[in-house]
Amino acid sequence: MFLGKVIGTVWATRKDENLVGAKFLIVRHLDLELNEKDNFVVAVDSVGAGEGEVVLVATGSSSRQTHFTQNKPVDAVIMAIVDKLDVPLKELLEQQES
Amino acid sequence: MFLGKVIGNVWATRKYETLKSFKMLFVQPINAQNENVGEPIIAVDTVGAGTGETIFYITASEAVIPLPVDMAPVDASIVGIVDSINT
Repeated sequence: MFLGKVIGTVWATRKDENLVGAKFLIVRHLDLELNEKDNFVVAVDSVGAGEGEVVLVATGSSSRQTHFTQNKPVDAVIMAIVDKLDVPLKELLEQQES
Repeated sequence: MFLGKVIGNVWATRKYETLKSFKMLFVQPINAQNENVGEPIIAVDTVGAGTGETIFYITASEAVIPLPVDMAPVDASIVGIVDSINT
């Protein structure tokens, strides 16, 4: 999964009929300091995420493993809303990069 | 399968119902020389891995197989803790 922030919503009336009832949220990737990165996805929401919330997104065929997205043309699903992060080994990343 | 190092934890009480009892960890993918390769990801822990440990994980829809549920939106799960690597 990747760490992301919900930054917006997409409404689409004309869409694949399997997607009727889906809530599409725009999720921007975040780095470990929760800074927004450039890349983003449009993901189907399965946990009631709201704008500004930090979430986890599963992509690929795994995203079809929910009751709603099963057998539907979906490749990204928001499956968790993050309460807290703890990355004690962040320095490990910085040392290796510098 | 990929090698990785556990660098932290993620707590999420509001998550998809079949994921209720699983711990999710931050993993930095590494190569056999212990160098970082690519961006950190989040994976479900199925073997009790802790921060700092070297692990290996599987991705894509196979990631749900080690979990005791038939369906879960998970695209990475830790399936082993590495004792040693010799190349």
